[in-house]
Amino acid sequence: MDVNKNSYTFTFAAVMVIVVAAMLSFAATSLKPMQDNNIRLEKMQNILSSINIEVSREEAEEAYDKYITKEVVINNSKEVSGIAAFDVEMSKEVAKAPMERNAPLYIADKDGETYYIIPMRGKGLWGPIWGYISLEKNVSTIYGATFDHKSETPGLGAEIKGESFTSLFPGKEMLEDNGSFTGIQVMKGNASGEHQVNGISGGTITSVGVQTMISDCMKSYVDYLKTVKTASAGTMEDNRLATIDQ
Amino acid sequence: MAEVQEVKKERESLFSKKNRKLITDPLNDSNPITVQVLGICSALAITVKLYPALVMSLSVLFVLSAGNVVISLMRNLIPNRIRIIVQLVVVASLVILVDQVLKAYVYDVSKELSVFVGLIITNCIIMGRFEAFALGNTPWKSFLDGLGNGFGYAWILLTVAFFRELLGSGQLFGFQIVPESWYLSEGGFYSNNGLMLLPPMALITVGIIIWVQRSRNTELIEEN
Repeated sequence: MDVNKNSYTFTFAAVMVIVVAAMLSFAATSLKPMQDNNIRLEKMQNILSSINIEVSREEAEEAYDKYITKEVVINNSKEVSGIAAFDVEMSKEVAKAPMERNAPLYIADKDGETYYIIPMRGKGLWGPIWGYISLEKNVSTIYGATFDHKSETPGLGAEIKGESFTSLFPGKEMLEDNGSFTGIQVMKGNASGEHQVNGISGGTITSVGVQTMISDCMKSYVDYLKTVKTASAGTMEDNRLATIDQ
Repeated sequence: MAEVQEVKKERESLFSKKNRKLITDPLNDSNPITVQVLGICSALAITVKLYPALVMSLSVLFVLSAGNVVISLMRNLIPNRIRIIVQLVVVASLVILVDQVLKAYVYDVSKELSVFVGLIITNCIIMGRFEAFALGNTPWKSFLDGLGNGFGYAWILLTVAFFRELLGSGQLFGFQIVPESWYLSEGGFYSNNGLMLLPPMALITVGIIIWVQRSRNTELIEEN
């Protein structure tokens, strides 16, 4: 057999491609459920770590069920039903205008305190960045933050993932005292006040990406969170009145 | 005609001296990293810690030995004109397979290795062995050659990772080796060498290994 004939070469290439394609698609399909589960558990870990609960991958599901008491999807400042918040893909939602997004919100109960966890997604220098920010009951003070990235430069932009950066966020305020939304400014050093944090030297574009991401993603939530705040303040007021009545 | 001659040839034992040399040579005399200076990029990028270096070494070991066997089995069927493409397809499919398995079973490590598993495809060691060895030798010999070169790659990676993790973060495989009480923050005298965590130190460590190797094995020193 002449292995250098044209017809043989074509047949060989065709058979090879079919065999390889079949083999790889079989492997990819059979491993998909395990890979998806890993991604799901990692998402749970990230959500929990924004309220300072660090768990291993194995414990993630149990802890998630324990701490996350409610998941809601917000569209144009109203809760929508029929959509599972956990399954909402932020990458698709951030492409829409803030008020048209299906924005997921996770409500956590840790040691009797309520926290609101907001998923974020935006652009870094080289690719997408994302994270979770948890707000305290007053829906303004940041309780915890966690960020991650796809392909930022190690040692520079990739540092948004590190504790040295995320630890700057707790205690900062999202809203002004009068209730208007300000967000967090990432500064080139000399950050001061309750709306500013220091950026990463050498990672300016990624740092600014974080700032843009926060202000862009928060837009879908601010109005809803304010209604939550007034509602809970109202119940507190009612409770107080009830106590006085007694 | 050729087949008749092959039968007459004396059967070589599985671990003859020649076959054993296929494994031992790449460990030292023809080491893919330190002597042939191939596959350096991954040695620099993923040797900050021992665990990813180990996973990377095992991946390369698998891709290299399995690919060598596959290419060797097909060596009389591959049309000469498309042999490089065939080699690329074989290495690419094996690498994709490894990547999928890592994502399913050791997700954290696969995230840490990120693009470097994919980059095994472009690792010159692998295409080099396919082209230079597997295309002209029997499957068993090619398998041994793959193992030898894989181990040659692995021990350099693990050695570099050992020193980088120990001096850079005081740990081995994530376990604290340097006692906590030695650290400056605990009132001691020791501090981790942050430079060890950066890629340039991997290059310098590989350089030191090459230096040590050549001073012990003078045959490797080139004449100027």
